[in-house]
Amino acid sequence: MANARKIFRRGGLYGLLSVFVLFGAFPFYWMVIATFKRDHDLFSPANNPFLFNEPPTLDHLRLLLFDTHFLTYLTNTFLVGLAVVIITLAIAVPAAYSLARWARGWGETLGIGIFLTYLVPPTILFIPLSRFASALGLQESLWSLILIYPTFTIPFCTWLLMGFFKTIPRDIEEQAMIDGLSRLGAMTRVVLPLAISGILTIVVFAFTLSMHEFIYALTFISVSAKKTVSIGVPTELVRGDVFQWGPLMAGALLASIPVAVVYTFFLDRFIAGFTMGAVK
Amino acid sequence: MARIEIRDVSKLFGEVRAVEGVNLLSTEGEFLVLLGPSGCGKTTLLRMIAGIEEPTSGDIVIDGQVVTHLPPRVRNIAMVFQSYALYPHMTVYKNIAFPLRARGMGRATIKDKVEWAAGMFGIGHLLDRKPRALSGGERQRVALARAMVREPSVFLLDEPLSNLDAILRASAREELRQFQKRVAVTTVYVTHDQVEAMGLGDRIVVMSKGSIRQVGTPAEIYQWPADTFVATFVGSPPMNLMEQGDLLVGFRPETFLPAEFVEVRDGGVTYPFEVTYLEYLGAERLVYGNVGEKFQARHVVSRLPGSVDVSIEAGSTYSFAVSRRDLRYFDRASGLRTDKGLA
Amino acid sequence: MSGWQEDGTTVGLTRPGFRDQAGLLAKLMIAPAIIYISAMIGIPFVLAILYSLSDVTTGDPTLRLIGLQNFREILADPVFRISLKNTFFFAFVSVTLVIILSRILATALMADFRGKWLVRFLIMLPWTAPISLGTIGWLWMYDSIFSPIDWILRSIGLLGTPGALLGAQPNLYWLGEPKLAMASVVLVHAWRLLPLATVIQLAGLSSIPRELLEAAEVDGAKGWRRTVEITIPLTLPIISIAFLFGLIFTFTDMTVVYVLTRGGPVHMTQVLSTWTFFKGIEGGDLAQGAAISLFLFPALAGVAALMLRMARRTEVV
Repeated sequence: MANARKIFRRGGLYGLLSVFVLFGAFPFYWMVIATFKRDHDLFSPANNPFLFNEPPTLDHLRLLLFDTHFLTYLTNTFLVGLAVVIITLAIAVPAAYSLARWARGWGETLGIGIFLTYLVPPTILFIPLSRFASALGLQESLWSLILIYPTFTIPFCTWLLMGFFKTIPRDIEEQAMIDGLSRLGAMTRVVLPLAISGILTIVVFAFTLSMHEFIYALTFISVSAKKTVSIGVPTELVRGDVFQWGPLMAGALLASIPVAVVYTFFLDRFIAGFTMGAVK
Repeated sequence: MARIEIRDVSKLFGEVRAVEGVNLLSTEGEFLVLLGPSGCGKTTLLRMIAGIEEPTSGDIVIDGQVVTHLPPRVRNIAMVFQSYALYPHMTVYKNIAFPLRARGMGRATIKDKVEWAAGMFGIGHLLDRKPRALSGGERQRVALARAMVREPSVFLLDEPLSNLDAILRASAREELRQFQKRVAVTTVYVTHDQVEAMGLGDRIVVMSKGSIRQVGTPAEIYQWPADTFVATFVGSPPMNLMEQGDLLVGFRPETFLPAEFVEVRDGGVTYPFEVTYLEYLGAERLVYGNVGEKFQARHVVSRLPGSVDVSIEAGSTYSFAVSRRDLRYFDRASGLRTDKGLA
Repeated sequence: MSGWQEDGTTVGLTRPGFRDQAGLLAKLMIAPAIIYISAMIGIPFVLAILYSLSDVTTGDPTLRLIGLQNFREILADPVFRISLKNTFFFAFVSVTLVIILSRILATALMADFRGKWLVRFLIMLPWTAPISLGTIGWLWMYDSIFSPIDWILRSIGLLGTPGALLGAQPNLYWLGEPKLAMASVVLVHAWRLLPLATVIQLAGLSSIPRELLEAAEVDGAKGWRRTVEITIPLTLPIISIAFLFGLIFTFTDMTVVYVLTRGGPVHMTQVLSTWTFFKGIEGGDLAQGAAISLFLFPALAGVAALMLRMARRTEVV
């Protein structure tokens, strides 16, 4: 009796999870299908769309990789991401440390203030920033993205890292100072090595957040060879009203999966930042 | 080896006075214990000697040099934290070597010194381990070895035994004492545990609410407490205090015995003692009760050693006495000890 | 590690300098962040306000203040009113949906089962993959001819045959019919936010002390009672955080609408963010674009104030 109920509950659990997995992952399954399907098969309304009615093909991938700027988009995305990571680290690490260790009273407010700037959306900022970019002569340049992306990486990463630094006991630093290091030395020689997992986390987030970014890239870049993946695929692979579905899906798939894998590893820490300490 | 001098040091945290007008002078090679309840400012004082906190006013002098505003690294001090503060990402070897590397010593010298320090504390076999793989006692030894390896002129310890279990604590206390006598480095030791303080200190500094109440040898502190705070903070159970006019009369529980066991030739004082409660502790008995008559009824405690084999029961009244030389008198208003009562 | 032996040689002897002054270091280390944030967020924000009160355009970038003229004009514009209404509609409907679904999903994920990592990875995909690319997948699923949803409906007889429940036409035209297009946008928003809300709720659920649930069980509270009286009140702060973040993401997002419908059909799915873009960037009217975008601000400020209160409250505990 109890056993039957247990099996029933297990079945219910798996059933429920299957529905959610289907909902979450179906668009990506749909991309996989379209990537490898022959056009003739893809565009026959009578065919079962979920299966390969004709043998799969690599034509779409070939087209994507060799006849479009897809690889350039990937390179651009990578370059921008890398530069944003470096800028974010250089600014957020000291700021987070300063807030975590030295801030009393005003610092707490400042910390929350920095976090709140994360809530000022690109939608409000992109119009004035487009004037900045043109004033600096950075239109159609990856540098405009490199300069502007830290507006969303720095507030969030500072907040996230501040939490990390707070978990490192002060004793350790004070001990390091007694053992012969300066205040600054105690931070760089002892605290930073201990915070390495937190720093790695913000590296991943600065990178993935800049890879996800859409509005600024759409606003500042219109030359095909300068586009990043997140705007290149949706804008360039659609020619007028003609959607090249095969290569389009292939591009979306290839760019999504690697970043999703990395992101998943760090998701819990990301959430720790979001919940702002509401969960201990 | 150095003398520590604290000149009129105060420390404010915002509005809170953590340490107020403290003056203290150590002798060379002395083992000085800062004793007091939590929040009395003893740890803050230690941290100011270390250079982790800066005094709001006053000066810290180590070895004749004013170090008040100097960072810890130029003071040549060593400190052991309550948590031991071992670097979790380094092996025991690297932990002990850390202060030497910070001073830029050569690799070979470092190796010699680390092995010397590890040998001194019997942890030579642990050098490749990480701190998390060590027991509490081992961690404490690593912390001590790391503190000693650079041969500091002052040695600061912040409740280093409080994370050990009771048995280990007793043996660690003994080792620490012998070790300090051997190296003869001026040592300041912070604790709230009076047993540690009595057992370890050459002199004890009793602190309360940010200021020093008394400085003295363990015997002085125990026998001749400077005021009622020291009298009741040191000793367990604390000194009995009874009101007598504008004075307080005090005596230690172990001096309050059945009248036949007290020499009354020097004019001892006898009290009728109404026993309310007894605790049998093996080597001794604690007897709780009230004394009346000349004084208002007061709650007092007597500590009877095993050698006093008188039958005592709760609910009965007995004749107890204190020898006159064991009586202490305190001013009721100020709490300070006074000689008035002796007259 | 060996490097600093050499460069640190005289550490023990050097005189104290700025490296030892905590107060100075604190300011030096926070300064770059404050300067950057002021320059790249603070100044643009003020500029956005100034623009909204001026007649600046891409062609004529000189700033002439014209008062509230822009606001009067956009308020009279029916497209703006649709956008404003849609922004709130999309946000509240999809976030409400997401909170309910994520609660169910999080409870299911609390259980132990085989292949959890894979399940988690697949469920998280909508959040971890770049949103513009995920939306592209939906665009293809909403295709006017090849939509797999339509195909399923056709094969079970709900569509495409005379007298079928959803009509005799072979397709529903997901993005072509105003009502369906709005539903499509809501669905993609919900799809995108579900993983985030789930993980936040999961963190809330696993933070409930075990003893508390066991005590409730000893006291005889079971099933629904336990959920209503213990789990939900205890995780309420975290549910609110999920709710507020969901609102912010949907309020400010322009990717979903831009990729799916570009605001169509005939502005029926336009939101403030896309309308800002079309007016301000594509149309070149920076002043009106800025004015439109600022309508987001009161809503965001409200959300921010709520979050601030929650942060304060949780920190006191």
